[in-house]
Amino acid sequence: MIEINIKKSVKTYAGTDLIEVSASFHDLRITQITGPSGAGKTTLLKIIAGLIKPEYGKITVNKNVWLDTSTSINLEPQKRSVGFVFQDYALFPNMTVTEHLHYGSGDTQYIDRLIRMGRLDAFRTHKPKHLSGGQQQRLAILRALATKPKLLLMDEPFSALDHVLKNNIMSELKVLFEELKITCLVVTHHPLEAAGFAEHSFELI
Amino acid sequence: MDLTPIFLSLKLACITTLILFVIGLPIAWWLSGRDSIPKLFIEAIITMPLVLPPSVLGFYLLLAFSPQNALGKWLQEHCDIRLVFSFEGLILASVIYSLPFMVSPVKSAFIHLPGSIKEASYTMGKSKFETLWYILLPNIKSSLLTAAVLTFAHTLGEFGVVLMIGGNIPGVTKVASIAIYDSVESMQYANANYYSLILFSITFIIVLAVFVFNRKSAKSPLE
Repeated sequence: MIEINIKKSVKTYAGTDLIEVSASFHDLRITQITGPSGAGKTTLLKIIAGLIKPEYGKITVNKNVWLDTSTSINLEPQKRSVGFVFQDYALFPNMTVTEHLHYGSGDTQYIDRLIRMGRLDAFRTHKPKHLSGGQQQRLAILRALATKPKLLLMDEPFSALDHVLKNNIMSELKVLFEELKITCLVVTHHPLEAAGFAEHSFELI
Repeated sequence: MDLTPIFLSLKLACITTLILFVIGLPIAWWLSGRDSIPKLFIEAIITMPLVLPPSVLGFYLLLAFSPQNALGKWLQEHCDIRLVFSFEGLILASVIYSLPFMVSPVKSAFIHLPGSIKEASYTMGKSKFETLWYILLPNIKSSLLTAAVLTFAHTLGEFGVVLMIGGNIPGVTKVASIAIYDSVESMQYANANYYSLILFSITFIIVLAVFVFNRKSAKSPLE
């Protein structure tokens, strides 16, 4: 179980907004996080990953404390075993598809499997600038899985994929999550996008 | 024609570029982080040689390292180092004078990298150093080359600072730019022309090489 209780003020054009989240997410399940633009969905994911520190709050994952501002505990992102799919993909321009995955894992068989899953077999030696938007997005998903994380945080991960490809990848991801015992939080603008993928839903207001 | 001034200039430029590459990268990395008042203050000091007349910088360095003054006296008595009118003094002056040419392009390149690639590396369990080594530095290769070349070329062309702190000692501090000035002063225009042509050719080849190397990796070859 992931328990989150945080407060974070963020600067906006209109002034300062307060993001306040109190939620529990099921372990080994896929939960979609929805909400209007500017509600703080991406900020929430980054706080869970340890990339942003909130002013107040506590995050516990299976009773392990990742963050507790009252006792100054703040586990580094490197120690959280989290995979992150960024909305802008955040691919490394200097690395090929295979190098992206090898950067996270030395398990060649697992990497081959990921590449097949992402339908990127023919693009192993391609760098991001030579991939289409959909291919880049798939690579971003695969890279986040390369480290075999316990928690996968995905920010709008299927927005550039066509319907058929999206459904295929979703079903293969579910099998992989089950096998590797991965908990997944998916941020999406469109509640229907992750339909059939997510088992639970949380709305950020 | 005596080629010693050309070799001295090349030696000075190589050593200065090497030293600045080592100390300039961490400074640029640090400056590219979140703004703070001390950072702005230090950045302003680093940038000063860009706008300050070289003779002003040379004058103060000469005063500071003169054995008649406290710092120069201390260096000579305790470390047996004499910086004025020596090649070591030229190196120190060049490092200070060329520092902004190394730091500014590298800092700018770090700032323009998307922050999310750094974050992606952290979430893959990589340390700050691994992220710098495997992700950030390879993605600013063209800026690193530009910074190194600008530093090298700028050091090669130094005159004011070099003259103030090093003087004109043949084989020690008489670099190519001083040799040109010296030749003109003594009406040896043919000599001045040789030195000038050699400096011109070296800098042209270096700049051309940067343009060729960076033609695909940067929007502007001197980016």
